[in-house]
Amino acid sequence: MIDQSRIRNFCIIAHIDHGKSTLADRIIEKTGTLTSREMQDQVLDNMELERERGITIKSQAVRIVYKAQDGEEYIFNLIDTPGHVDFNYEVSRALAACEGAILVVDAAQGVEAQTLANVYMAIDHDLEVMPVINKIDLPSADPDRAADEIEDIIGIEAHDAPRISAKNGINIEEVLEQIITKIPAPQGDPDAPLKALIFDSLYDPYKGVIAFFRIMDGSIRKGQRVRMMATGSEFETVEVGYFGAGRLIPCDELGSGMVGYMAASIKTLQETRVGDTITDADHPCDEPLPGYKKVNPMVYCGIFPEDGAKYPELRDALEKLQLNDASLFFEPETSVALGFGFRCGFLGLLHLEIVTERIEREYSLDIITTAPSVVYRVYKTNGEMLEISNPTNMPDPSEIDYMEEPIVSAEIMVTSEFVGAIMDLCQERRGGYISMEYVEPTRALIKYDLPLNEIIYDFFDALKSRSRGYASFDYELKGYQRSKLVKLDILVNREQVDALSFIVFEGSAYERGRKMCEKLKGEIPRQLFEIPIQAAIGNRIIARETVRAMRKDVLAKCYGGDISRKKKLLEKQKEGKKKMRQIGSVEIPKQAFLSVLKLDEE
Amino acid sequence: MSLPFGLYIHIPFCVSKCRYCDFLSFPADRAARKAYLSRLIREMRVRSSGLGSRKVRTVFIGGGTPSILGDEQISRLMEAVFSCFDVEEGAEISMECNPGTGEALSFRNLRSAGINRLSLGLQSMDDEQLRLLGRIHTKRQFLESYEKAREGGFDNINIDIMSGLPGQSLASWMRTLDEVCALKPEHISAYSLIVEEGTPFYSIYGEGAGRPSWPPLPDEDTERDMYHEAEDFLKGQGYTHYEISNFARSGYECRHNLAYWLRGDYLGLGLGAASLIDHVRSANTRDLDIYMKHSFEADAFLRSPLCAEYTKLSEKDRMEETMFLGLRCSLGVGCGQFEETFGKDIYSVYGPVIDRYEKLGLLEEKGGRIRLTRAGIDVSNVVMADFLLD
Repeated sequence: MIDQSRIRNFCIIAHIDHGKSTLADRIIEKTGTLTSREMQDQVLDNMELERERGITIKSQAVRIVYKAQDGEEYIFNLIDTPGHVDFNYEVSRALAACEGAILVVDAAQGVEAQTLANVYMAIDHDLEVMPVINKIDLPSADPDRAADEIEDIIGIEAHDAPRISAKNGINIEEVLEQIITKIPAPQGDPDAPLKALIFDSLYDPYKGVIAFFRIMDGSIRKGQRVRMMATGSEFETVEVGYFGAGRLIPCDELGSGMVGYMAASIKTLQETRVGDTITDADHPCDEPLPGYKKVNPMVYCGIFPEDGAKYPELRDALEKLQLNDASLFFEPETSVALGFGFRCGFLGLLHLEIVTERIEREYSLDIITTAPSVVYRVYKTNGEMLEISNPTNMPDPSEIDYMEEPIVSAEIMVTSEFVGAIMDLCQERRGGYISMEYVEPTRALIKYDLPLNEIIYDFFDALKSRSRGYASFDYELKGYQRSKLVKLDILVNREQVDALSFIVFEGSAYERGRKMCEKLKGEIPRQLFEIPIQAAIGNRIIARETVRAMRKDVLAKCYGGDISRKKKLLEKQKEGKKKMRQIGSVEIPKQAFLSVLKLDEE
Repeated sequence: MSLPFGLYIHIPFCVSKCRYCDFLSFPADRAARKAYLSRLIREMRVRSSGLGSRKVRTVFIGGGTPSILGDEQISRLMEAVFSCFDVEEGAEISMECNPGTGEALSFRNLRSAGINRLSLGLQSMDDEQLRLLGRIHTKRQFLESYEKAREGGFDNINIDIMSGLPGQSLASWMRTLDEVCALKPEHISAYSLIVEEGTPFYSIYGEGAGRPSWPPLPDEDTERDMYHEAEDFLKGQGYTHYEISNFARSGYECRHNLAYWLRGDYLGLGLGAASLIDHVRSANTRDLDIYMKHSFEADAFLRSPLCAEYTKLSEKDRMEETMFLGLRCSLGVGCGQFEETFGKDIYSVYGPVIDRYEKLGLLEEKGGRIRLTRAGIDVSNVVMADFLLD
């Protein structure tokens, strides 16, 4: 059994793009776990999408061996965490499995809002935060300033932080040495009953669910009977082991302080929820580790196959995605406009985007998504309370006493020249101002309470465009707040298109309705008759546009005997028609459903 | 099959390319034209041998600008036609002629060569519009050609005109019509300008182009008004509107073009020419080099590089064509004829489509024939596209 004093468990936290995955790659490379030839860029991010977007979606871990300058061999367990707020819960579980965190700060960009949020989360988990200043080889790099910022804004020592270039492999050795000196070794009791934290899990078609865990006390062996303390399910471990780079390496036993995995013919991810505690079924520990909570989706939308016949394929894709993503929720939904599809729940907008992209890419399905919605609380006059995430389920206004919507606490860090623009934006989005402080002379941290439904459309885009890309943003759910909300319906040729309905703040309804109609007018091609496009609240029409009837589509030209050319023209026409959705007698292109998702910044 | 067929002969040459033109034509010198003609006659010899005893009912020499060849070469071409094919007594033999090339022509010689119908490309009676189109002639030159053609003995003349031109108003279009009718041609083709990709007009008027220095095209509504006004006016002048873009005095409908819409067989000779023979649609290569150099072999023609397209039409193809071509004619598609040809009731194949468009007032059934209404013609592409089967 490995001596705990030779183990270091840590993660790397960073703002997106500050070089977290690149540093992980260098650490793995320097420690010789893999030869240079085996190295692929970003070995930890093995999903195709992760690599392409340069972000980490699922937490992963790797065990590496480092022969330090003191001549001893150390075991490093590096746990990779997602950087985005949507996956905060996963981040926090990953942090709970570590004793320390390497904080990567871009020498040119300095500290950003997301960095702060992640650092505070690490400090909350009593982690030793070890700063590293990256990208020192950039022409715009200012490592002294970055170090000052870390000390001033975060309040941790940074003048001796390694100054590195992960990309070019500069000063990586110093990082490795500091991991040993700065990050504490695990302090668990090797002889106590097994107590291990699940920080991630993964579905393997052959082995079933594989749970990733960190052993706090005791040890785990192959063939041991274990119990999941939150769910109560018990299993006999079929395999235990640790993480090579990109692969699992089985072993007989893992001791206290170690990070590893187990497989036990577990059928569903629901039985091994992230945050749960694994213990010995026969000699259980007294109490589970703190912090298990069920994560609920924050954002919902409808997903429909573009080709109605592909419904079974879509269900299949969602089921497979869910095997590896317990936070993805879905249930069947039927839309008059879009046919059979699914109502899906996500942790946030990025999560939504990733899932939809994976469906399109990994399963080659063309899909239509409806406007994202948050979960509203509808208090009815009869005292009943409904949680509504689908506008279609909204009760008649006469039955509604009042409604509540989710509010988030948002932190935005921005350079001083854009403070005005960003505060205007928050104001427009019904934000409630909380505070603003200058963390340094040229940068401010602005705090607002914002309704979640105001940030799920295109808040990120607006934020970026109004700050020329400089603002960074982070949020967490704060609670619910009473609000005047209405359901806005869109009628095309006097027929309601359910897939275009949404719930909106009453004060923004008129503006939104008008923009929707305008946008749809541009997206719906002229047809054989005039098409009114209307926005309505209940029976009240609040906006209208008209798509005029097509006047002319005729081939008044002499192609002589070249009939193939005529036919090709007609085939193209027919093909274009096939891509449309038939609503009553009107054909609506897929693009029309998507275009209304981006209404605001124009 | 021993049915008579049409013969199309393509002359891909012109003096200079008009700005809207996307037909297969280009300027070429005298020697090149002569060499082409020899090739054309060689193709004629080879391909006529494959058609056995079938007679030729119509001939159409099109382009390009066939008149650029001069009457001597055309006589040579026609001699070859008569020696290769059994041309029916009273066959319609048309040739396209552009003013500006017509001055040196002897129309009398063309008549003696066998040409009995002339199609003159006028486009507009407004010299400014002609200039914008890139035409090489003026209104005056056209009038001279027309007069000479009449003097030369042509008693069956078509005039091509176009609506929807840059800077054209409804009034100016009506003036063109008025002046054309005053000449009493037997046939008028009234096309509307289509801005085709790859033409100079596309970079002026095409998607996303927008050259503000050019006069704008009439908007859709004006363009449709032009079409409808033209129809009313020409009907009033005694012309029958027998196809979407074609008007004729009774008995002077172009039999060659009608055969295209009614799916008669035709053999196309020359660069890029299309054929329909025994349910096979084919098209010659559009590459002049290949056309000039590759050797012709009678039985292998359709399998050689000289043939760029080859489609054996299925029953589905033929039904679709019957509809989208037949609907171009004012007579429409005969239900009885459809059943006779395909052994199927037209409503069993197209019932729902016909119903839908009847309800929208775009199709009508009269006397066992289905045809486009006036409103239907305006949006005929939409209607016709729905006659393509899945």
